[in-house]
Amino acid sequence: MDLSETAEESMLREQAREFLRARYPIQRVASIADGAGFDRHAWQEVAALGWAGISAPEDAGGAGLGFVEECVLGEELGRALFPGPFLTTVVLTLPALTGAPDLVKEVVAGETVATLAWLGPSGEPGATRFPIGAGLAQDRPGLYGSAWFVPDLALADLAVVAAEGPAGPGLWAVRLDQDTISRQDLPTVDTTRRLGALFLEGALGRALAQGSDAERLLEHLRDRALAFLAAEAVGVASRALEMAVEHARTREQFGRPIGAFQAVSQSLADAYAEIESARSLVRWAAASVAARAPESARAAAAAKALASEAAVRTCERSIQVHGGIGFTWEHPLHRYYKRAQWIQAFLGWPAELRARIAASLLDGPGDENERV
Amino acid sequence: MDLRDSPDEAAFRARLREWLAANAPAHWDQPGAERLEGAERLAFLREWSARLYAAGFVGLTWPSEYGGYDAPLSHHLIFLEEMGRSGAPEHVTPIGLGMAGPTILSHGTEAQKARYLRPILTGEEIWCQGFSEPEAGSDLASLRTRAELDGDHYVVTGQKVWSSFTHEADFCILLARSDPAAPRHSGLTYLIVPMRAPGVEVRPLRQITGDAEFNEIFLDGVRVPVENVIGRPGEGWNVAITTLMYERANLAVMLTVRLEIALSRLVDLARTTRRRGRRAADDPLVRDRIAELWTVLQALRFTNYRALSTLMSTGMPGPEGSIVKLVWADANQRLTKLALEIEGPSAMLSGGEHAVQDGLWQRLQLRSRGNSIEGGTSEILRQIVAERILALPRSR
Repeated sequence: MDLSETAEESMLREQAREFLRARYPIQRVASIADGAGFDRHAWQEVAALGWAGISAPEDAGGAGLGFVEECVLGEELGRALFPGPFLTTVVLTLPALTGAPDLVKEVVAGETVATLAWLGPSGEPGATRFPIGAGLAQDRPGLYGSAWFVPDLALADLAVVAAEGPAGPGLWAVRLDQDTISRQDLPTVDTTRRLGALFLEGALGRALAQGSDAERLLEHLRDRALAFLAAEAVGVASRALEMAVEHARTREQFGRPIGAFQAVSQSLADAYAEIESARSLVRWAAASVAARAPESARAAAAAKALASEAAVRTCERSIQVHGGIGFTWEHPLHRYYKRAQWIQAFLGWPAELRARIAASLLDGPGDENERV
Repeated sequence: MDLRDSPDEAAFRARLREWLAANAPAHWDQPGAERLEGAERLAFLREWSARLYAAGFVGLTWPSEYGGYDAPLSHHLIFLEEMGRSGAPEHVTPIGLGMAGPTILSHGTEAQKARYLRPILTGEEIWCQGFSEPEAGSDLASLRTRAELDGDHYVVTGQKVWSSFTHEADFCILLARSDPAAPRHSGLTYLIVPMRAPGVEVRPLRQITGDAEFNEIFLDGVRVPVENVIGRPGEGWNVAITTLMYERANLAVMLTVRLEIALSRLVDLARTTRRRGRRAADDPLVRDRIAELWTVLQALRFTNYRALSTLMSTGMPGPEGSIVKLVWADANQRLTKLALEIEGPSAMLSGGEHAVQDGLWQRLQLRSRGNSIEGGTSEILRQIVAERILALPRSR
């Protein structure tokens, strides 16, 4: 048993922090967020670092690392509120393209931005029923229907679409430049990570996986996303706590730094405890999902539930400690808060994830005690 | 990162499990089971401890020259986990093993190591602790028990409180003020006090559960030979910090395993209790709270592993370990309260045939109120995080 960070992981973390500090300081992220959003062409620069192919095999041009390293990056990307499509292109999509090596190559090279379209208007991930149908309409074969809450849709060149076919569920790779396709932006509270709705009227796609293979793949993509978002949340929370600590050490009221008041310091100590608890679950979830271990679904759900709550609460504590300035648009804190809330709401609120955990603990046969 | 046991760790775990399955008494201290008391219990635990030691499971990380097994820290961690999970009786002197022994190993003289360490491992000698005083709780350095040098003895007078295993104890690790003129952290001396010496009186302290787990120790002119000083006279504070560091490291793992056992009992309770025509386990609020406690339990487990991984690779435990007791106390308090809520009106019954599990949860819930006070109050622990880890300005 060894949970410590390897030398490779530490190097990757430092490289990421350095790059993001230089290229994506919070002022630049704020102007991207308040402007047109992430520039599609800026993704090339990020892919050139090897990040788009971080866990792709080396013969596909990837770095041959694994999901644990993706989560190390996730924390750093969260700290920086990186506004680009890493979550969608790498975490949510790339493993679905394994059977299409030409697409993997495009993605790894940074030429193609991809996303996953599988949620209906309710935004809840369906186990087997998808909002899009694959079949015949008006005598024309193709994909018909709409998908909602698709992250980074405006940037994407390609979508992996989950659809119900005549032979059950399946995943299709769909190029988004077809004239049977339209998109609509959904205005988001967190404008560093935007959402869209995708409308397909007989779009053509390449079959990637069918039936139970497709279902298993989607479960794996979901667990990857949950663990990765938990890592991002730890990054967001760590930065929000650092800002609160910096402020509490320097801001003086009643003749002393406000951090000397225990009402302030104890609240920040609780934030630290929540963040470190979340960080521990992220390590577990990352290793479990990487190994595709049996406990990965529960580990990923637990990590996202706790980490997103820790991030939201830490941002709230940080805003409180900052006082009036933390409530202004000008101060960057609200952007961390909004990202934390985005993470909390995507792919299941904490209570929904806990319902899944509860089912595994309480609804099994017999009375064997659960111990993992 | 590797979540699995190494082959060597897995072999040790398997050997320990097999041994416990073959040797541990069944239903030890289970609700409803017959419970040994008094001298009979003590005799059994001594004999049990000697067998545990002979089988190679006690003193794992201690050097072999003092009776230990020179094993890696991970074996000790596995020992704590498996002992907790098996429900086997604990070693008879947890304070000897977890606090006095490691302190003597770090700061003791050669003579002290030769004299005291082996009888701790075999369970022949039992230890207790004398740190807290009625007027020195969180502010331990304000303690007033005096140790006055008289020839080759210290004469100890004062009062200690919240001491467990005191009645049975042969020795007490005790912190006393030897130099009242020195600044408060510098005038303290760390002593091994023989509990059978004249002038030592022990009185049980009844707690809110009705049990008397702890005691007060009254010391009236107790003569302690100078060779019983651990570390140098006047440097008792630093020695005490060592003791508390070991206490915390052991406790973090033991408490987490205990929470794991308590949670599986709670799951059983929720599955078997029927409330308003359905299982308590089908109530969405109960389900949410159980899943939340399970999530915190996993966070504690992996926080321990993180801290220990850092300790094994760098020799220093990671700072994240300092949150375990704080998070655990809150979780255990919530868990035991949830059990009472699941019991419904039976929560009012303290025992007897109509009570649930003979009033087990009532005792555990009341006991849990001590969790955020003993071994560092939650307020003190938060302030340590704030000032030492976050580097916020001192509040006093």
